[in-house]
Amino acid sequence: MLPELGEDQLRELFQTMLVMRRFEEALITLAGEFDVGHFHVYIGQEATGAPALGLLEDGDFGFTTHRNHGHLLARGVDPARMMAEILGRETGTNQGKGGTLHLSSLEHGFPVTSAATGGCIPLATGAAFGFSKLGNRRVSVCLMGDGSLEEGAWHESVNIAALEKLPIIYLCENNSLEALGQRANEYPSSSMAASPLTGLAAVFGMPAVAIDGFDAGEVHDTMNIAIARARAGDGPTFIEARTVRWPGSRPLWPQLLTGELDLTIAWDETALPDEHVEWHRSQDGILRFTRELIEAGNLTPEQALEIDAGVKAQMKEAVQFALDSPYPPPEAALDHVYA
Amino acid sequence: MPKRLYAEALVGALRRALETDDRVHLMGQYFLGLTEHRELMVELREDYVERVYYPPIAEVGYVGAAIGAAMAGLRPIVDIATASFIFQAFPQVVNEAANVHYMSGGQTSVPMVFHFNQGIRGGGAAQHSHSPQAMLWNTPGLEIMAPSTPADVKGLVATAVQSNNPTAWVDHVRLFDTIGEVPDPDYAIPFGVADIKRSGTDVTIVASSFMVVRSLAAAETLAKQGIDVEVVDLRTLTPLDEDAVFTSVAKTGRLVVVDECHRRCGVAAEIAALVAENALGDLTAPIKRVTALDVPIPFSPPLEEFVEPTEAKIVEAVSEIAG
Repeated sequence: MLPELGEDQLRELFQTMLVMRRFEEALITLAGEFDVGHFHVYIGQEATGAPALGLLEDGDFGFTTHRNHGHLLARGVDPARMMAEILGRETGTNQGKGGTLHLSSLEHGFPVTSAATGGCIPLATGAAFGFSKLGNRRVSVCLMGDGSLEEGAWHESVNIAALEKLPIIYLCENNSLEALGQRANEYPSSSMAASPLTGLAAVFGMPAVAIDGFDAGEVHDTMNIAIARARAGDGPTFIEARTVRWPGSRPLWPQLLTGELDLTIAWDETALPDEHVEWHRSQDGILRFTRELIEAGNLTPEQALEIDAGVKAQMKEAVQFALDSPYPPPEAALDHVYA
Repeated sequence: MPKRLYAEALVGALRRALETDDRVHLMGQYFLGLTEHRELMVELREDYVERVYYPPIAEVGYVGAAIGAAMAGLRPIVDIATASFIFQAFPQVVNEAANVHYMSGGQTSVPMVFHFNQGIRGGGAAQHSHSPQAMLWNTPGLEIMAPSTPADVKGLVATAVQSNNPTAWVDHVRLFDTIGEVPDPDYAIPFGVADIKRSGTDVTIVASSFMVVRSLAAAETLAKQGIDVEVVDLRTLTPLDEDAVFTSVAKTGRLVVVDECHRRCGVAAEIAALVAENALGDLTAPIKRVTALDVPIPFSPPLEEFVEPTEAKIVEAVSEIAG
């Protein structure tokens, strides 16, 4: 379903999702030509991140993970500076100190990104503790993967959040429904016996819901309620947004196994490729959102392609900016150890 | 100048921090451990009910929460109680707090203090006697203070609370009973400035925290034997006042490093390496280290005494090289 938003906002959301997708596609292509090291992409989760983070206000914090690119783009971080960071350039968001794993932009509400599984959970909880004590009505969003629920830090932190009624939303993006782990299809996550995952939060007495992470409308509505609850001082919410792992994320290094996103599939069944049919037909959240927008008369195929062309051009510029940017001088390694 | 117990000076420093900066919150409430002095904390906790947090038994959770709260605008002083418990919080202290400013490219700071009581307290056995400062010293991004007197704890806490870096406050329950002069007015002791606690000409002892107290006692014994010891109190490990160490070694030509960490890669090892690397020409005798032995700390009193850096061992080490 579509989020309850005006037409302009819906189109902005569409554009944001495309930025998230085209950025990762550009990165995967770039990685074929340059050694950018190991990285993780957000493809397949755009319909969760874009509507969820679009609801945040200035000053709200998000603490994300190794799979952070989409989250930062959803809050408007410059793709050129992100691409430069991923290439280790001086112009990068973190001046080359972080790379893909630690993309941060304080002015966009990402103070730091921990790539240690579960590392973000105490930090996000603590930021909510700080906001609560300062009484500034800000909220903290913990953008965690299902794997982080396996960490003890989850249990310790969610207990504190519940006891103190902290203004936090634990948005758990479960992309393991077709898990890589040994227990694939036996449990809802790769290596976690708890089922459903929401039980791990519900037992602490907070709202804990599982939603369809491919459904932008359901994500928007659920997040809206959770954020209002947090701002009102009523405490935390746990949301499990269920997606499946994008086929291209199954290899150790991401590959464009489903090809670059072809928007025409959304309105032309004959454009459906032979491979990964299920992905294109029902799982790709961007195609689903595009279909819904067109059906509701909020967007025409022509407008969709026009927005997409603009986004593609922007990503081309972002890649060029990154490639043209210098590396930091080696001695810059000594900066920023202490504030 | 009024004399105060170290424990009183510690609580007084916390009170001034809470009084002078609304962003300061205490997370964890012991600070004085289970010593008899813990009663000194009661009034402070009652006076600042809204700013003293009683966490669950969850070190990675509440210490990590303090780090996040610091990013959100508080200046938490988190009490980890017995130093050994910091290992439960290491993922957040070492892999998050220490790295935040650096890996964000200088965007984000973590202005907070981690307090813990380190060292051999008597009967603590292997899991309540750790001195983790060497492990923390191996972590760029953390500042480390290790006061040894009531006056120093007051001045160093004032600096730590206003620092924009995560600061480990290495404390010791055996300091709480010590007494010293403490000036009444507010003052801050800058980090990275060592203090000569005893001036001498024959042998330099470098120490920090409770080992300064023990070294000063040893120095009195040695004075009676005609050996004039200079005791350099580092006060902070990061930043480190290297010049104070070199200056003293240049004067005496002899160095004994006293430290409660285990010997291998301990604080004493680093001080010895620094002097060997930079001031070998000033030395007229080999460097000696007096440290905990490289075994877990045992429970039984004679075993514990055998392992720890005692006053007698300090006297012996100094005598060996005093020539």
